[in-house]
Amino acid sequence: MSPSASDVTSGWGWQAVKVLTILVYIFMFAPILAVVILSFNDSMFGGFPMTGFSLRWYEKLMGNEAVLRAFRTSLWVALVTSVICTTLGIMAAMALVRYEFPGKQLVNTMVIAPALVPETVLGVGLLLLIRWAQEPRTLGLMVAGHIMLALPYVVLVVQARLIGIKRVYEEAALSLGANRFHTFREVTLPLLMPAIVASMLLVFTISFDNITASMFWRPSGVETMPTQILSMLKISISPEINALGTLMIVITVGVPLLGGALARMLARGAK
Amino acid sequence: MTAAEARRPWLLLAPTLLALLVLMVLPICIMLLFSFYEFVTGGVEREVLTTANWHEFFTDSYYHYFLWKTVRVAGITAVLCAVMGYPPAYFIAMTHFKHKWLLLLLLIVPFWISFTIRTFSWINILGEQGVINVVLLKLGIISEPLRMLYTEGAVIMGMIHFLLPYMILNVYVSLEGIDRNLISAARTLGCTNWQAFREVTLPLSLPGLMAGLLLCFVLAAGSYVTPEILGSGRDALFGNLIYDTIMGQLNWPMGATLSMVLLVLLGAVAAVYSRYMGLSRMFKGLSR
Repeated sequence: MSPSASDVTSGWGWQAVKVLTILVYIFMFAPILAVVILSFNDSMFGGFPMTGFSLRWYEKLMGNEAVLRAFRTSLWVALVTSVICTTLGIMAAMALVRYEFPGKQLVNTMVIAPALVPETVLGVGLLLLIRWAQEPRTLGLMVAGHIMLALPYVVLVVQARLIGIKRVYEEAALSLGANRFHTFREVTLPLLMPAIVASMLLVFTISFDNITASMFWRPSGVETMPTQILSMLKISISPEINALGTLMIVITVGVPLLGGALARMLARGAK
Repeated sequence: MTAAEARRPWLLLAPTLLALLVLMVLPICIMLLFSFYEFVTGGVEREVLTTANWHEFFTDSYYHYFLWKTVRVAGITAVLCAVMGYPPAYFIAMTHFKHKWLLLLLLIVPFWISFTIRTFSWINILGEQGVINVVLLKLGIISEPLRMLYTEGAVIMGMIHFLLPYMILNVYVSLEGIDRNLISAARTLGCTNWQAFREVTLPLSLPGLMAGLLLCFVLAAGSYVTPEILGSGRDALFGNLIYDTIMGQLNWPMGATLSMVLLVLLGAVAAVYSRYMGLSRMFKGLSR
């Protein structure tokens, strides 16, 4: 009998699994790679073959007022959403983890619900509310909508971390005379920091990236980054879109990676 | 427990619950109400109660066609995701590869890349000037570019691309939870690797696989941006129908009716999901 009978990592079957895994990873990343490569294409048309290396599409992008405006809109919406949503989420998670109260199960389900209801339905719903109240569509509506969409994720991330923080620290602070608010600020909050940073980043990307619901919510004439890309795609497939895509990839992958490193540093500091 | 003590969780929850009531619960109630309003003309409806919208939905085969098509496309997508997602999940769970974390990280990375960009990236692969056509033309295998973009296949491909990480993470979490001693025991008792997989590993990973299937189905059936980018007009799904009814024809009552249909249909699937799988499972992979 071989020393590790549970070792399935040998034989033809395993080799096949390995090859399939590699193929699936190629499937997932090849299209994205193509976007990055084509953004440097000198050709007038979006597509292969490459005719030369050029940065002119990036240059053109920097002068594209509509894109810059959409970028600023998305940035602000995502920042505001991120701050408010994380605050709400922390409060809700505190209540759900640290207290027992009647109806907790129902509240839990309701907080998770926006992640389960189809986004199209949530999009239509909020639009109907605005129509019913006879209010105009504003960016405030979009922020409110994004907060709702991201809330379940914040609560889940903060909850997971909060369960891991022992109650005794808080109880010690309370018994030493700190009030609830001080205890939260001095004890719980620093320990929660990694989860808070993670949530803020998560909310930021959820809001910045949202298109399905934003198509319903955006005020007329206002474009967010994803809706701007969609309307550019409708006109033509120009290499400029690939350049825009590459920039967005750099931002949206770079920010969480940096944030992750930051969170790890904070976690180390908290220990 | 004092009254103040009992009130505290509700104070903490108040802003969240208020937001959800106003932004989610109330709109869905209004949606139900609107589905009984009478449509007059684009952008105008009369606030009288009528079942005309529902009658139209249940009798007009136009809507049934889209509903069936959506279920079919989402079903195909979910099954293909399972077929393509299982081997990588199995590999990551069982491998001795030192940099396993990297494989997991690469599954999370797509969540950070804009969904819109991931979807349109397929234009560079499938389009007339895309990788596949250019290579095949160069090799002389075809003389005319193949028409792959703006078809149902392209829509399904785009959805698989977007949903595959969800599937792999779901299956992976469930494979990770299997007691390796069981596989070991099966092997000791004379099973081949394949038999051990079929009799032990596969059945034990079924909860994760089912969770992945349901999640992929729900997300695919609710989408309308992927068909918008990668499909032609004929590849529209139920979500596109809702968008056009509301934003194009400004027929709010019918739009509300169709949204209710989607909500009930997918809500039922999600309810089954949460009943049998527990919701935390779906987020387990994401939050690590």
